[in-house]
Amino acid sequence: MCLAVPARITKIEGDLAKVDFGSYVNQEVNVALVEAKEGDYVLVHAGYAIQVLDKKEAEETLQLWNELLKMEELNT
Amino acid sequence: MSTLTSFRDPELAKRLVNDIKKLHPPHKTVVCHVCGTHEWTVTHFGLRTLLPDLVEVIAGPGCPVCVLPAADIDVAVELALKGVTITTFGDVLRVPGSQSSLVEAKAQGGDVRVVYSIQNAVKMAKKEPDREFAFFAIGFETTAPLTANEVLKAPPNLSFLTSHRLIPPAMEFLLGVGDLQIDGFIAPGHVSTIIGLEPYRVFSEAYNMPVVVAGFEPIDVLIAVDMILRQTKKSEAKLENEYSRAVKPEGNLKALSLMAQAFNVVEGRWRGLGRLPQSALALKEEFVEQDALQKHHLRKKKGKDLLPGCQCHLVMIGKIKPSECPLFMETCNPNEPKGACMVSNEGTCRIWAQHGGTRIQ
Repeated sequence: MCLAVPARITKIEGDLAKVDFGSYVNQEVNVALVEAKEGDYVLVHAGYAIQVLDKKEAEETLQLWNELLKMEELNT
Repeated sequence: MSTLTSFRDPELAKRLVNDIKKLHPPHKTVVCHVCGTHEWTVTHFGLRTLLPDLVEVIAGPGCPVCVLPAADIDVAVELALKGVTITTFGDVLRVPGSQSSLVEAKAQGGDVRVVYSIQNAVKMAKKEPDREFAFFAIGFETTAPLTANEVLKAPPNLSFLTSHRLIPPAMEFLLGVGDLQIDGFIAPGHVSTIIGLEPYRVFSEAYNMPVVVAGFEPIDVLIAVDMILRQTKKSEAKLENEYSRAVKPEGNLKALSLMAQAFNVVEGRWRGLGRLPQSALALKEEFVEQDALQKHHLRKKKGKDLLPGCQCHLVMIGKIKPSECPLFMETCNPNEPKGACMVSNEGTCRIWAQHGGTRIQ
């Protein structure tokens, strides 16, 4: 039930947006709960975008853990 | 988005598992998540088989369909048989009530329709203005704002049967269960996109319990386990956010404001767990016309939550594994589910049945 899938907004009209889930899957979702613009990635849950995804934060998480693990690996 | 596939990178997973092994706790450490989607990730990707023996991942009551009490199903069945069209999510249909499920109500002539989104339910009601509709709204904080948004502008022939539940009170309940070991929580990422971090602070500060909000890719879950083990190794209890790409500390303020406009926080019944204080959402007094129970003069009665032999209440709190239930894959299976945990795609029993749970002993 709390499943949410990332999708890219291709067009916004009022509270509704067309999103691209990849693999040519396009759907209309409600974007009333988020401040999103065309091109943003959002998390879609049951037909609603519930949050905008932050690509920079995603990259930082990966980078942080890659560095942390590298340090740990060097320590052994 | 290639960043997304990086959260499934097998090489990074291997390095994380090695790191987790190096952190080797001196005694059994139990990490508890409270989300059906986390259980899916853990089981589908076989993460339990990768973790050291002393690190156990258990599943709490994170399946909103599983925790629906029979009394709520009973009243939906009653509405359907009274001639009100029920719209709801597919998983809800086969959840057993005291006497029958919504699927059985449908067989008896009730009009029960499955929708993917609450928006479909609104569209249906608008398309048939002479028919009376009730949307059976279930789900945790992730789903409740969607209901709130539609309640505020619903057409006159659509009312709502709300069975939303809140996750932090269920986590608090788990900590009060005798002889249930929990050493850290993986908090549910998508609930947290809405509620943010603050509602979990009580666990790190008052209960001395590490909490890591995590995403749903295998790398997310492995990082969360690693973070919890790092905390327990240093005897720390911090609230950390692994899922910063989706969870902001303050949550989704628009969604929270809609919830506050539509709902009051009240005591709620959870299947198998009983009544938990401040754990459910009820429509505010001004929405009498949108409240299906008030509109159609119905009252919830006491329901029968468990069938004889069903151990759903113990599976739901992570006290036993599905394979320890005598009905599991015997008389209770995905084709003929007996308990709610086998009905829903997010139920622990269903996930284990379909993806093969491990550590059966």
